[in-house]
Order: sequence, then C-alpha cells, then structure tokens
Amino acid sequence: MLAHYPYYIAAWIFLCGLYGIVRSRHLVHTVISLTILQTSTYVLLLAIGFRKGGYAPIFADIHPGVVTVDPIVQALMLTDVVVEATVVALLLAMVVKAHEKGGTTSPDDLRYMRG
Amino acid sequence: MTRKHRLLLFLIGAIGAGFVYCAGAGNMPPWTQYRGPYGDVIAGLAVFQRHATDTVNAITYDYRGFDTLGEEFMLFSAVTGVMLLLRPEKDEKDASAKEPRNPASFRDRAALSETVQVFTTAVFGLWVLFGIYIGTHGQLTPGGGFQGGVIIAAAPMLLYIAENTDAFRRIVSHPFVELLEGFGAAAYALIGLAALAVGVPFLTNILPLGTTGNVFSSGTIALISACVGIEVTAAFTLVIFEYLREILSREKNQED
Repeated sequence: MLAHYPYYIAAWIFLCGLYGIVRSRHLVHTVISLTILQTSTYVLLLAIGFRKGGYAPIFADIHPGVVTVDPIVQALMLTDVVVEATVVALLLAMVVKAHEKGGTTSPDDLRYMRG
Repeated sequence: MTRKHRLLLFLIGAIGAGFVYCAGAGNMPPWTQYRGPYGDVIAGLAVFQRHATDTVNAITYDYRGFDTLGEEFMLFSAVTGVMLLLRPEKDEKDASAKEPRNPASFRDRAALSETVQVFTTAVFGLWVLFGIYIGTHGQLTPGGGFQGGVIIAAAPMLLYIAENTDAFRRIVSHPFVELLEGFGAAAYALIGLAALAVGVPFLTNILPLGTTGNVFSSGTIALISACVGIEVTAAFTLVIFEYLREILSREKNQED
C-alpha cells in the first residue's frame, strides 16, 4: 500500500476535482475544479516516471549513460501545461458569454440552453 | 435531477471507480522503481541520435513531434475560440469601433507609484531577453518554445502594470500578433512537410545536427522549438488582449 501512495494521491486529487465540478454553484468554480482534476495527471505521470537516485534527463552536465528518471512522461506534461492554460482561457470565455446571454453563472441555471 | 441525486450518483461512481483504480494501482511497479524500457532507451540514445542534451525536448519536438503538432493546433484552435467568443458584438461594436484610433478611451488611472513604473519599464527588455534565452536553449537545458513563449507573452503585462496602457495596447492589439500566431503554427507543419519534399517521412529531422552542446545544434528540434515559441507568444498575447478588452469595455460601460 505504502509503495504505491503517489498513485492514490493522484486518484484523490482527481476525485476532489470531480467532486468540485459536481457540487459547483458557479461556472468559474467549475473551471477551477477542472484544473485541479487535471493536476492529478501530473502526479500520476511523475509517479510512474520517478526512480530513486535518478538524475534529471538533461545531459548538459551529466555523462550520457547516467541513470535518469523517465523523460517521456515529462515531455507529455510539458505540452499539457500550456494547452491546459489556453483551454481554461477558452472555458472562461464561455463563462463570460454564458453570463452575458443568460444572466447567470450557476451551472444549475443553464437549462435555457436546452434544445 | 436535484443536487442530492447528482451527489448520490457521483458517490456511487466515485466509490466504484476508486475501487477499480486502487485494485489496478496495486499492480503498478512500486514508486521510485521505474521499470519501463522506453524512457531509458530514449535517455540513452537522444544525445547521440539527435545531438540534443535536453532529452525532454528531443522527445517533444522530435520523437513525438507529430503529437506536439496536434497539441499546437489545439492551442491554436483554443485561442481562435477565445477570440471568436469575446469578439465585440454588434451592439458593442458602435462604442468600440473607434477605440484603436483613440487610445485616450483607455484612460490611465492614477499612477500607482513611480518606483513601479520605472522598475517594470526597465525590466521589460530583460524579461523579453530571458524569454528568448529560455526559448532558444530548449535543446540544451530545460526550456524550449512553450516555456519561452509564455515568458515573452507576459512581458506586455509589465507595461500594463506600469500603467502605460497605451504602449501595452499598441503591442498586444497589433495585427502583426495575429500574423505571428498563424506563422508559428504553419511553420511547424511546413518543417514537417519539408521532410516529405526530400523523400523521408513526415517530421524527420533533416537538418544538420551540429555539435552537441552548441545552441545551433539538434537540427529541426531547435527550429521547431523556435516556431512553437513564436506561436505560444502570439497566442497568449492574443488571449491576454481579448480578456483585457472585455474588462476595459465593461469598466467603460459602467462609468458611462
């Protein structure tokens, strides 16, 4: 159990974010909950790639062949962070428009969008 | 569906998903004991195959460059979406049509302090330089186009903090920024197509690899990283501009 604890932390963060979305009363809160949910992927990926005593996979100052942590999961996260920021910007723009058109920022009051 | 029902549904789903997840996580390699072969293979080969000392960027812009191209277009379309959603609509247009020619409509508020103004203006050049440094050294040390681009895009915000909103507007509302965004996204795809033109698969690293440790090394990795940097700079500048226009036009409406 203890040997896998970062995996459980990732699941916990994921569920916290999901809970935030489910219980949200404000669309900005929904978007922020989504970003929290998304940070769980960072924890999960880092947990998979980490190795005890592993160096950072940058060979500018270490000899090639030195044991490093997994660079692939780090590359996956790198683009993820920037794309997440723009997706959040897009979602917040939708919130602004939803407030403008519907006069509400509560997810429960978005029923006028039906049909 | 009431909030209570929704919470109940969530709890059932969360407990179920949590149970399945925990059962699966127990079979993963224990933490700190990475076993997968791919990370080690690439970490061992990247320096020799691509002459890039930052393995993470060698993967991002070369080994899985095709995925990064997709992510770049995701960024592009997200920013296009923001611009579409926040564009001035018909009733707002009349009020804002003449704004670009009349910077005085974005009034400077009472200045915060001269210290802030002097410091932020002085730091502006250094800030951009640091962004360019991070962006162009991605193949050697941590950094690259994504990180450098975000740093450079934050530079105009310094002018906004310094209450020099006129200069800020002139930078961020320039049509050139939109051109740069298109150019950054297109250049990435064109570098990939250039490989096809010389008869090798899409996005193959066709440029000379240079000396390992040199800024002008690693072939297309450095070039793609620079294009991504341009794209990210322009994209974030556009997003910042769209939001500030939204805020400023609201403030103006309230004051009127």
